[in-house]
Amino acid sequence: MSANGLTIAVPRGALFADSLDLLDLLGIETAAVRDNDRRLLFREAGLITMRPSDVPTYVAAGAADLGITGKDVLMEQAGAVGGAGRDVYELLDLGFGRCTMVLATVEGEDPAAEALRRLGVMRIATKYPRVAGAHFEASGRQAEIVEVKGSVELAPLTGLVEGIVDLTATGQTLAQNHLVVREEIAVCTARLIANPVAHKLKAAAIDDVLERLRAG
Amino acid sequence: MIHPIPSGTRDVLPDEMRELRTITEAVRRVFERFGYGELYTPALEYESTLQLGDTATARPAYRLFDENGDVLALRSDMTVPIARVAATRYGAADPPLRFCYFAHAYRGVRPQRGQPREFLQAGVELVGAAAPEGTAEALTVLCAALDAAGLRDYRIGLGDASLYPALLDSLGVPPEARERLVRELVVRNFVGLEHELRSLGLDEEAVALLLRVPQTRGADEVFDRAQGPVAAAAAGMRRVRDQLESRVAERLIFDLGLVRGLGYYTGAVFDVFDPALGAPIGGGGRYDDLLARFGRPLPAVGFALNVERLHIALTGEERL
Repeated sequence: MSANGLTIAVPRGALFADSLDLLDLLGIETAAVRDNDRRLLFREAGLITMRPSDVPTYVAAGAADLGITGKDVLMEQAGAVGGAGRDVYELLDLGFGRCTMVLATVEGEDPAAEALRRLGVMRIATKYPRVAGAHFEASGRQAEIVEVKGSVELAPLTGLVEGIVDLTATGQTLAQNHLVVREEIAVCTARLIANPVAHKLKAAAIDDVLERLRAG
Repeated sequence: MIHPIPSGTRDVLPDEMRELRTITEAVRRVFERFGYGELYTPALEYESTLQLGDTATARPAYRLFDENGDVLALRSDMTVPIARVAATRYGAADPPLRFCYFAHAYRGVRPQRGQPREFLQAGVELVGAAAPEGTAEALTVLCAALDAAGLRDYRIGLGDASLYPALLDSLGVPPEARERLVRELVVRNFVGLEHELRSLGLDEEAVALLLRVPQTRGADEVFDRAQGPVAAAAAGMRRVRDQLESRVAERLIFDLGLVRGLGYYTGAVFDVFDPALGAPIGGGGRYDDLLARFGRPLPAVGFALNVERLHIALTGEERL
């Protein structure tokens, strides 16, 4: 059973389990999704699974009516060319997947602050170049943003950069790599997003989902 | 050899061009039938002229200097140039004035499907016709054009640009907070809107109202609980609806949350939706103050269809 005939983009990865539990609440049949981690398209349940960062792309194009993704993804994609981000509606804070976007550097005296003071600029590695860039811009500091695709913690340990901007949930990975949080940039949770045309043409179906999620 | 073209632009080759031409010719016959005369204006205008329209959201993306050092910009829509034409070339003509156009406009968007930086618009401007009659005429022409193009399942979202500001006024929201709220609303971030509203210390009922109204859309039932400014806007939408033939009225979805990014809209605003495309095909609305900025105060209404998106939706409907 799908949710009122809607197609929902579901993120694999850290938000996957909580997302499926939420879909269970809506009466959507998620057993097939749980049993099968290779299949991507579950037409009968109205679900498609993908990386969290691809969810806004599918929803904006109307390939999915609704989607679940992290606020970190939405923040990063909002800072696109021309100021206008992906054209999706952000309908609901789902509450789960709570993480904090932080600036972290190696423990001891803050090397990023020292670089800023003595060299005029700090080098920052991140998977979120737009969020990081906007944060330093807003606080009036010059930063050279180095975009990396994974294992951001490695960058400051090898001398590539002085600090990192990354998401942390428990702080364990940071601590294992002798990194400490210097600043909290934003708290990020999972969000329900909608395609703007589906929001009008499938209004009753989407409002029904919203009502059940708010109640549940 | 590789000779690239600028990001967000593309070449149109004969097979596609033939299909686009079929669409624009069908639409042009409708515009002519309703008495709208086609015109064309320069793609380049003085930046100061375009800034009379809107400086925030439809900011011209491409600028250059001419030989006198004046700043020129590529137009971001046709409404502002036509307002200039109506005020300067038709300064003494009796309204209403009816113009239509098929012209390219330019915006600094992130290029993606149906969203290039150079795009072809087909639209009309009706100058000197107030609400509700003028709005009803524009909606009638819009539906006739879409019917002639062969689009089947489209709907028109009808809202009122003055509704949310009036609602904020009536609840005593301070002007300095309003900009933040409207910004969240324009990007349709209802989570952010709720956060901003709660930070204002309004009572629970006001917060609930300011969250509920912009998410209200549908048929007549959206007016059921209307009070105060919502009731006033609702009455305006009903007056427009009552002027329409049933085949046009049937296409309407009332959308109390419809806000256009463009700064010159004053009253009724509308968007065209089709199930075959994830983004609006076009839209328009009333801009009753814009002509006055060019020295000829007249109410006006217009719409623009994005021809490329209309084409994508038509091919999409073939598959539905």
